[in-house]
Amino acid sequence: MTIQLNAVTKQVGAVTHIKPTTLTLKAGHFNVLLGETGAGKTSLIKLMAGLDPAASGTITFDGQDVTRLSPQKRNISLVHQFFVNYPHMTVFDNIASPLKIAGMAKSEIAGRVEEAAKLLQLTPMLHRRPQELSGGQQQRTALARAIAKESRAVFLDEPLANLDYKLREELRDQLPDILAGRGAVVVYATSEPEEALLLGGTTALMHDGAVAQFGPTAEIYRNPQNLTAARVFSDPPINVSQIEKRGTTAHLGAITWQLTGDAATLSDGTYTVAIHPNNILPYRSDTATVPLRGQVQVTELTGSESSAHFDVGGINWVSLAQGVHPYEIGEMHQFFMDPSRCRYFAADGALVA
Amino acid sequence: MKTVNQKAWFFVLPVLVLVAFNALIPIMTVVNYSVQETFGDNLFFWQGLDWFQQILQSDRFHAALGRQFLFTGLILAIEIPLGIIIALSMPRKGFWVPVCLVTMALPMLIPWNVVGSMWNIFTLPDIGLLGYFLNHTLGIPYDMTQNPVAAWITVIVMDVWHWTSLVVLLCYAGLVSIPDAYYQAAKIDGASNWSVFRYIQLPKMKTVLTIAVLLRFMDSFNIYTEPFTLTGGGPGNSTTLLSIDLVKIALGQFDLGPAAAMSLIYFAITLLVSWVFYTLMTKNDNT
Repeated sequence: MTIQLNAVTKQVGAVTHIKPTTLTLKAGHFNVLLGETGAGKTSLIKLMAGLDPAASGTITFDGQDVTRLSPQKRNISLVHQFFVNYPHMTVFDNIASPLKIAGMAKSEIAGRVEEAAKLLQLTPMLHRRPQELSGGQQQRTALARAIAKESRAVFLDEPLANLDYKLREELRDQLPDILAGRGAVVVYATSEPEEALLLGGTTALMHDGAVAQFGPTAEIYRNPQNLTAARVFSDPPINVSQIEKRGTTAHLGAITWQLTGDAATLSDGTYTVAIHPNNILPYRSDTATVPLRGQVQVTELTGSESSAHFDVGGINWVSLAQGVHPYEIGEMHQFFMDPSRCRYFAADGALVA
Repeated sequence: MKTVNQKAWFFVLPVLVLVAFNALIPIMTVVNYSVQETFGDNLFFWQGLDWFQQILQSDRFHAALGRQFLFTGLILAIEIPLGIIIALSMPRKGFWVPVCLVTMALPMLIPWNVVGSMWNIFTLPDIGLLGYFLNHTLGIPYDMTQNPVAAWITVIVMDVWHWTSLVVLLCYAGLVSIPDAYYQAAKIDGASNWSVFRYIQLPKMKTVLTIAVLLRFMDSFNIYTEPFTLTGGGPGNSTTLLSIDLVKIALGQFDLGPAAAMSLIYFAITLLVSWVFYTLMTKNDNT
């Protein structure tokens, strides 16, 4: 199964929600839509699901034009951020609801429901009602309904956003197994870059109603094709600054470093440099060699990582390093940047080196 | 160490005083009248449960109670479905929402006795807009001062006009609180409009509908002002509902004892029906 979008747009009144978008989403792996709230992830899913009409362009499922088909005829499933289940039906009836409407035989329905329930560990809860379940179980019920339906495409719109941390990690680990080998195109919308990296597959970076970049997840994380893609796919925010290139040297205020590879061959002038926070370390390493001395302003410690926001001559930088590094707010601290990980963009935002 | 003292009573006292003046003392006054006979001059004679027995066995009370249940049953049977239908057909967003809401709320803002007088004049055969139109233009004999059926129709229509809005507004509040995601899920499943109503909207409206039915039951069961100003209980006794009969006994005949006994029976029935209904509706709720 393949979903193909050809220059699809969505328009609500005078407002453009989706700019002309062309994408090919395939079965067999997760297709992640990554972007901030309002970037157009949900709008794009609604277009593919048939909940909203496309203003122009076409959508095909395996070559079949479905642009004008109703959601029911497209045979798709959608799991929301909210836990959407029929409130006065049991878990069994909830999972069975699309099959009943499709007019399937009772014995076959029971088989499918039980299989889906087993996969999502809902077997003991089949006769309970949604309001008797925890949030995680309610979302599992919604997922089981999507699976039992054996639809051609499964759209997951931030399905884990309303779950607490532990449940989110647990379900995220299980999701690829649950959805594997079903032949359906799996589209997963999220606003967390980390989630996109964990789920792998391919990622479409969305910004302002358009796809900034699409490709294998790890690949576009390492090689953003434009500044927008670099910004979308970074948490904490990617470090961005203007540099002057003269000869083979980059000048950022008083800080300089030698350019190598493609960057060295660029014509002299002003460029934008972007570097992920994890390539700026609080100590010198074999690769992190360019010193940045700045005043620490904000620090965050997660269990395994330390991040620091620091100020160098009015420019804010973020460092993210493995391990616990005790910073004092206000102290001057020496950080080191890895120049080989810098990406350079032209004035129009396109990657140049 | 836990110290035991009686301080808590001071905090409860204001509420107790309020409830005493608000409910207990008036009710106890009625209880007091209900077991005694008085001829004025502050002379009272102990009567025991005689009045209760007399009321419960009287045909007049049975007839009034029957009319009361018929009235309440009819207006609930009309107002609840009608309210749901109107709420379902109201827009969810946009310019027309406030227009609809204000239009809906208007009848409820009119004082009850004005509603009665309005409908009285409206339906009079000689001068009323509706009454004249029915009798003289369409030639349908319609006179609620003479014909019991016409009187009943007028009382029912008036109550539907006055109070359906309450059901509409409550249902509408229940409907707009349903997230779009539910409708999307139904669309993806291909659920029919009826299924959407039966399995999404109705369950989600259950709480507000319970409140709507309770409010309309209690209000209509205790209704006095509107039918009194409209028909005065007539023609004959045909629209004499419980409260109208009660006032006739208490103030018309000045039979304070039987009237007090009747008030307590009336109160007990209202309470019992409300309690049974509420218990049934919330029995299966776990939330």
